[in-house]
Amino acid sequence: MAIEMMEYANNSDNILEVYNLKKYYPISKFVLGKSRSYVKAVDDVSFSIKRGTTMGLVGESGCGKTTVGRTILRLHEVTDGKVFFEGRDLSKIPPARLRKMRPQMQMIFQDPYSSLSPRMPIGEIIGEAVKEHKIVPKSEYRAYILKVMRDCGLQPHFYYRYPHEFSGGQRQRISIARAVALKPKFIICDEPLSALDVSIQAQIINLMKDLQEQYGYTYLFISHDLSVVEYLSDTIGVMYLGSMMEMGDKKKIFANPMHPYTKALLSAVPVSNPDVKMNRIILEGDIPSPVNPPSGCKFRTRCPNAMPICAEKAPVFKEYEENHKVACHLYSQD
Amino acid sequence: MGLLDMLKRRKVEGTEDLDNTMYLTLREERRISRENRKIMKQYEREKNRKNVPEEEYLTQMRDPSNVVEFDNLHTYFFTDLGTVKSVNGVTFDIPQGKIVGVVGESGCGKSVTSLSLMQLVQAPQGQIVEGSIRYQDINGKCYEITKMPRDKMLEIRGKEISMIFQEPMTSLNPVFKIGEQMDEVVLLHTKGATSESAKARSIEMLNLVGIADVEKVYNSYPHELSGGMRQRVMIAMALSCDPRLIIADEPTTALDVTIQAQILELLRDVKDKINGSIMLITHDLGVIAEMADYVVVMYAGRIIEQGTVREIFHNPKHPYTIGLMKSKPSGDTKDNRLYSIRGQVPNPINMPDYCYFCNRCDYAMNVCWKEYPDIVEFSESHSAACHLYYGEGLEEQKKRRVEVENNGN
Repeated sequence: MAIEMMEYANNSDNILEVYNLKKYYPISKFVLGKSRSYVKAVDDVSFSIKRGTTMGLVGESGCGKTTVGRTILRLHEVTDGKVFFEGRDLSKIPPARLRKMRPQMQMIFQDPYSSLSPRMPIGEIIGEAVKEHKIVPKSEYRAYILKVMRDCGLQPHFYYRYPHEFSGGQRQRISIARAVALKPKFIICDEPLSALDVSIQAQIINLMKDLQEQYGYTYLFISHDLSVVEYLSDTIGVMYLGSMMEMGDKKKIFANPMHPYTKALLSAVPVSNPDVKMNRIILEGDIPSPVNPPSGCKFRTRCPNAMPICAEKAPVFKEYEENHKVACHLYSQD
Repeated sequence: MGLLDMLKRRKVEGTEDLDNTMYLTLREERRISRENRKIMKQYEREKNRKNVPEEEYLTQMRDPSNVVEFDNLHTYFFTDLGTVKSVNGVTFDIPQGKIVGVVGESGCGKSVTSLSLMQLVQAPQGQIVEGSIRYQDINGKCYEITKMPRDKMLEIRGKEISMIFQEPMTSLNPVFKIGEQMDEVVLLHTKGATSESAKARSIEMLNLVGIADVEKVYNSYPHELSGGMRQRVMIAMALSCDPRLIIADEPTTALDVTIQAQILELLRDVKDKINGSIMLITHDLGVIAEMADYVVVMYAGRIIEQGTVREIFHNPKHPYTIGLMKSKPSGDTKDNRLYSIRGQVPNPINMPDYCYFCNRCDYAMNVCWKEYPDIVEFSESHSAACHLYYGEGLEEQKKRRVEVENNGN
């Protein structure tokens, strides 16, 4: 037991530490009996986030980035692994205690059209959890909600309006206000911008940055838009088929992408300049099924640099320079 | 939420802010819907005429090198809340063999423009009220799409002009196999096609779009394929009758960047192979920069700027275009704030008669609140609708610049 504790030594700079997180979904092939196969949505992912910084999590759809976010908050139960939030292991906390901790960890969802209850006015949507968790005394409740709304760029007279009266951008502001109203420390943003137009995206990005500066939030920013992730994040993790492929400082990843998948992802982003012709690495085919991932390195079926060893052995996720980890055989043979 | 609170609805502090939400009484709503019915009936009667003589819809192109010309197109939707002018005077050309990119925020009318060209606007609410769309077929015959009878349109739609829709998930029929759906297009549009020749054609097309296991895909249902594969099938289907023009309505929005790169590459290849034109509708400026030859920027149903891709990206003139370019985060962006266009698109019902953008514009002047700007031409191909570049607005700009310089000294 003592050894285990040593292994998960917590760094007080980190608000969140994730060790070997696994989330498997069983597929029942038979009516009776245990299922034989699993969808390995998240397979052995470890990372940590420093207080007050933003970590970006990128990858194609189906790579498990949303599942990571949800499993951290225990919206799905963890299959294996440890999640430490502020030094406490979230997977061991009993439900009643977890409920008390919920205000500290909030989530902003992808689709602002389906994540707001159509039957509640805005004030109530933002305030419901504030009341439940008694964030502020009853006498200050209304003033507090109006202050949160003002912080998020919502006008006070929206208080009694219903979600259907708002555009996508405004709704996303409401979702942000709902998360922020609980005075959280850590917010998971699950593709908060993908349903919005470019000009509105910029507004929401600025809002999120302002709030972070003002209140010191820590974000886990899940997105498939690399330009947004580059702009917002301090560290970046690149996921593929449930595993972390590359992780490190934003600058290091963008200046020196090491994993072939990261290289391909970066080169696939269209550039807003008609004169720049990108040397594009086009990946063949689609992401394989997570039920039977390829043996060895999961990326080898689409990798332009695949070698024989890639099929035999899974590469180790190792640090090659300071704050820059890669899982690839290209760098391990020496 | 008590009743008293509900009554206070309009009396919360700071209500004087701009608020363009409309509330209609039931009586007003009834009156509007009665009027709409009358208007819609009239348009539908016109459309439903039988045996329309060909002279009525034959016309001349302004420039014979174009495939399609939009000329002052107005498409309105008659809703119970009022008339939505989705497309409000749009004029641009699609030249033969070129890619024209249409950019704009959602709700700016870019999809409705393309649907008008296909005669697929949701009827009876949606009607082309004014203007013309001219289409030139391979023999040089010019048709006026807005006046074309429905049965004639069937021969063009899907054959000479085909469309790739935004969501490959919902635009394939889930109960038919890919092969059946593809053969149907060929059988319908090719004279003397048999089921064997149709199958051969479908398989040829699936090969063309780079699908590896063609026979297997041909015999599978849409749900068995991934998003990228389905989009490839959609493209194969659109190509199967050698169209003159492909309308790609946000073809990559639902896809990942890696798949997007594949699909864009494919579209570019395919365009050269069939020597057709593409009308590419998207809100992603990066995609436009990469693909398009000409760019049309739309805002609230109107074209605010158009030009070649270089003119638009290196020398944008309209404040909205400039704002769009600046609001996209990129590697060059320093750690300061990202530029954002404030506010949002105005309510599409009851559009003002002045510039639609002036409440969000950084350069707004008095004249902007008075009248809708004229179109200013900067070169043969580049034009923008903005007060900054002519008349009263230009004068005021000069004055402002002098003031700024004086203050600087």
